[in-house]
Amino acid sequence: MKKLKLVLIGNGMAGVRTLEELFKLAPDLYDVTVFGAEPHPNYNRILLSPVLAGEQTFEEIVLNNLAWYAEHNIELHLHRKVVEIDRGNRRVIAEDGTVAEYDRLIIATGSTPFILPIPGKDLQGVIGYRDIADTQAMIDTATTHRHAVVIGGGLLGLEAANGLKLRGMDVTVVHIGDWLMERQLDKTAGKLLQTALESRGLKFLLPKQTAELLDDGNGRVRAVRFAEGDEVPADLVVMAAGIRPNYALAESAGLACNRGLTVDDTMRTSDPNIFSIGECAAHRGIAYGLVAPLFEQAKVCANHLAMQGTAEYHGSVTSTKLKVTGIDLFSAGDFMGGDGCEEITLSDPIGGIYKKLVIRDDILVGACLYGDTADGGWYFRQIRENHNVSEIRDLLMFGEHAIGDAGHQGQDKAMLMSDEMEVCGCNGVCKGTIVKAITENNLLSVDEVKKHTKAASSCGSCTGLVEQILINTVGGAADVKPKSEKPVCNCTDHTHGVVRQAIREQHLITIPQAIAALGWKTPNGCATCRPALNYYLISTWPGEAKDDPQSRFINERAHANIQKDGTYSVIPRMWGGVTNAAELRRIADVADKYNVPMVKVTGGQRIDLLGIKKQDLPGVWKDLDMPCGHAYGKSIRTVKTCVGSEFCRFGTQNSTQMGIDLEHAMFGMWSPHKVKFAVSGCPRNCAESGIKDVGIIGVDSGWELYVGGNGGIKTEAGEFFTKVKTAEEVMEYSLAFIELYRQEAFYLERTVHYMHRVGLEHIKKAVLDDEERRRALYQQLLFALSLEQDPWKERIEQTALKKEFERIPVAAL
Amino acid sequence: MNWLNICALTDIPQLGARIVEGPKGDIAIFRTSSDEVFALDDRCPHKHGPLSQGIVFGKTVACPLHNWQIALDSGEAIAPDVGCAHKYPVKIEEGRVFLVLQKSTHRDTRIIASTTAA
Ligand SMILES: Cc1cc2nc3c(=O)[nH]c(=O)nc-3n(C[C@H](O)[C@H](O)[C@H](O)COP(=O)(O)OP(=O)(O)OC[C@H]3O[C@@H](n4cnc5c(N)ncnc54)[C@H](O)[C@@H]3O)c2cc1C
Ligand code: FES
Repeated sequence: MKKLKLVLIGNGMAGVRTLEELFKLAPDLYDVTVFGAEPHPNYNRILLSPVLAGEQTFEEIVLNNLAWYAEHNIELHLHRKVVEIDRGNRRVIAEDGTVAEYDRLIIATGSTPFILPIPGKDLQGVIGYRDIADTQAMIDTATTHRHAVVIGGGLLGLEAANGLKLRGMDVTVVHIGDWLMERQLDKTAGKLLQTALESRGLKFLLPKQTAELLDDGNGRVRAVRFAEGDEVPADLVVMAAGIRPNYALAESAGLACNRGLTVDDTMRTSDPNIFSIGECAAHRGIAYGLVAPLFEQAKVCANHLAMQGTAEYHGSVTSTKLKVTGIDLFSAGDFMGGDGCEEITLSDPIGGIYKKLVIRDDILVGACLYGDTADGGWYFRQIRENHNVSEIRDLLMFGEHAIGDAGHQGQDKAMLMSDEMEVCGCNGVCKGTIVKAITENNLLSVDEVKKHTKAASSCGSCTGLVEQILINTVGGAADVKPKSEKPVCNCTDHTHGVVRQAIREQHLITIPQAIAALGWKTPNGCATCRPALNYYLISTWPGEAKDDPQSRFINERAHANIQKDGTYSVIPRMWGGVTNAAELRRIADVADKYNVPMVKVTGGQRIDLLGIKKQDLPGVWKDLDMPCGHAYGKSIRTVKTCVGSEFCRFGTQNSTQMGIDLEHAMFGMWSPHKVKFAVSGCPRNCAESGIKDVGIIGVDSGWELYVGGNGGIKTEAGEFFTKVKTAEEVMEYSLAFIELYRQEAFYLERTVHYMHRVGLEHIKKAVLDDEERRRALYQQLLFALSLEQDPWKERIEQTALKKEFERIPVAAL
Repeated sequence: MNWLNICALTDIPQLGARIVEGPKGDIAIFRTSSDEVFALDDRCPHKHGPLSQGIVFGKTVACPLHNWQIALDSGEAIAPDVGCAHKYPVKIEEGRVFLVLQKSTHRDTRIIASTTAA
């Protein structure tokens, strides 16, 4: 088949990213031709500022080298500007007469610096700040001239000014607004920033209006004159007074334009064969000037170019970070506030710290931070995910830390960490390594960081930290998304939500069926999606979908916990933490017989035998003659109990019996993530019910239920759910909640995260308000559980299942 | 070459592995969904995790300890990780899996008998 022809005008960040996304989806659909006005392959424009500041080199910021273009058979025309789009004949024509025909065309011509229309604007020494040529011109001028004036006190202007200062020039920033970066900062933060930059030797004139640039007699700029008539000397003038979408070419081809080249939610222009993305495109009237939105647009555009036709772009929330080393500034969302908004501010001018949070209808909509931006990433996440913050409002200002957490040596603030400090405890990756990988490889997403450094790729507890480091390193360009918007893995573009829904609606019951129905890009998935699919199938269609051991992580295949030396740990179940002499004797005998190197009491009120060889597992289980503890799985772990009214002089309820009954009821239950229960017999709460997925506290008049607690990586107190009278009700309500979680949560989502995503109200509505639904959920769980066997027992009894544990001896061969 | 008759192809689960007790340490034999078999040292080039216990997909296994991805046909870790698990020649004949114990010296000694899946 003859390939379709795709032409890209604009060899920049948005255009090339679209090609990358397209090659992932449909590598062979098109013959691709690229025109770029610049003589360089695609580079990371954002990093021009560190290059100007002397912190990086041009070579280091190239994103796609020439070999990449060759590898994808791209016909690349560098240094060739397209001057005409002939839509009638579907071809584009470049300045030098080169012609290329297209079936589909992408216009990604970016934007151009806005040059003030004042006398002298064309003098030598007057430039914008957009590309490598501009940056080189600034670097060169700094070696020969002294006075620089930067017009515009926004993000670009300040980064230019800072760079020129570091290159030894005497720099004045002229700004027309009342304070710096008025589009990213409010007045207080803007003033703090100015003071900090002044202490580094930058000079500011504001508010000040530039009237004219004066000639030195040889056609070079000599000075800047202002509206009031005063002047400052200038050998170099950098215009950083804003950018204008570059759509003149598109407009002359008759495409609909309105302050940018108009595109719809599929990134199509008014001509359906022509797409546009990046800074030149106006989506719902907005032309974005940051890279994060462009990357989202690129995904959507590629989806349509690949003829999948499913993705839509709905606009982006953006965040900004000034890339001036040593200055911490962060803003995101609607930080100016205004009608219908409430503001919380913290101001410490002496300490150089200022924070403002803007809340609308109990949702955080904007943040502006100066001096301490450690929580920038966290606030940004709250803004994007629309979390209701009414309950954490008092603590919101104090950041993620105040909401409670543990681990990482109590360290959860990436900014405060030194380069040597360890971020990922599992793989021993320190902060410096991560920052280096991000800057050297131009990484923009946590996934990329995982691939390059292994940080956050094991237990994942440091994902938040890695995300913060990423945001602190690349600012608004960071590609951070909540799980609900992310594809399950690289095998698919579908999110967890879409996959769950399809499995239910299309009645899919095997992994090959699901993979085929959902158009997976790989023949049998990968180590990330297969366990998720397996869980979704068995939890949605209990009894019909068959568990696939090969799609389970080894622990759930071997029914024991793999240790770093390849041995396993075995934890038998002790219902409600209660044991007896006979069990303890058998445990002791097993420890002797199999030379178990360590026997340990766990936090879940039971006993762990560590260091057991895989081939010994069936023997150990048989000799123990106790039920499987499921301590290794995404399953019900333990129901922790305190002694309760049977013995305890304070006990109001029989918590131990309640715990035993619950644990029996849920035995063998698989869930999106591990599930822990606790039952305390009185409000002294000795079983720590407040930090369990379901925590139950006996009171004189009945039982209180708490849900969504977590004592792990990040301590989360459970939310009060309801109060019931009888033990039967405890059973029905808590199991109904767990079944809802099993049906609705994403794989590897703990109850707390599930609850934050769907909202406690949603859960209450299903389980508390709707009696019928509660009963149904409860019955559904009981049905699913009725099909579960003790996996240890099965493996002792059924020879076919034993194969997993048998080794093939070579001596016998 | 000294081909050892190891086991039936069906003794290895599809998208799974078995362990052979080699004289110089364990050898993992993998079976893909298209019934190709591969044999590698059962030691991950990272920190010696038992590759036989990993999840198999395509022609790749993910190490159970820290999720390095190892290409079954070469034993090489997939970028950005670097390292290599030694591989052994294997073949399938009449539904039986055969293995040569000495380590293969160059990369492409893998032999597949494609028509013989039992
Ligand atoms: C100094 C600087 C710092 C920045 N810092 C940040 C930051 O910290 N965070 C952030 O999110 N964003 C930042 N940005 C903005 C970011 O770089 C842009 O949003 C992004 O590069 C836009 O991508 P694009 O593909 O739309 O445009 P570009 O990357 O500009 O690509 C457009 C390309 O098209 C070419 N072109 C134009 N017309 C034609 C034609 N007719 N024929 C052929 N080629 C043509 C241009 O030469 C250019 O190479 C910064 C920008 C600059 C300049
Ligand atoms: S031992 Fe295999 S990934 Fe670490």
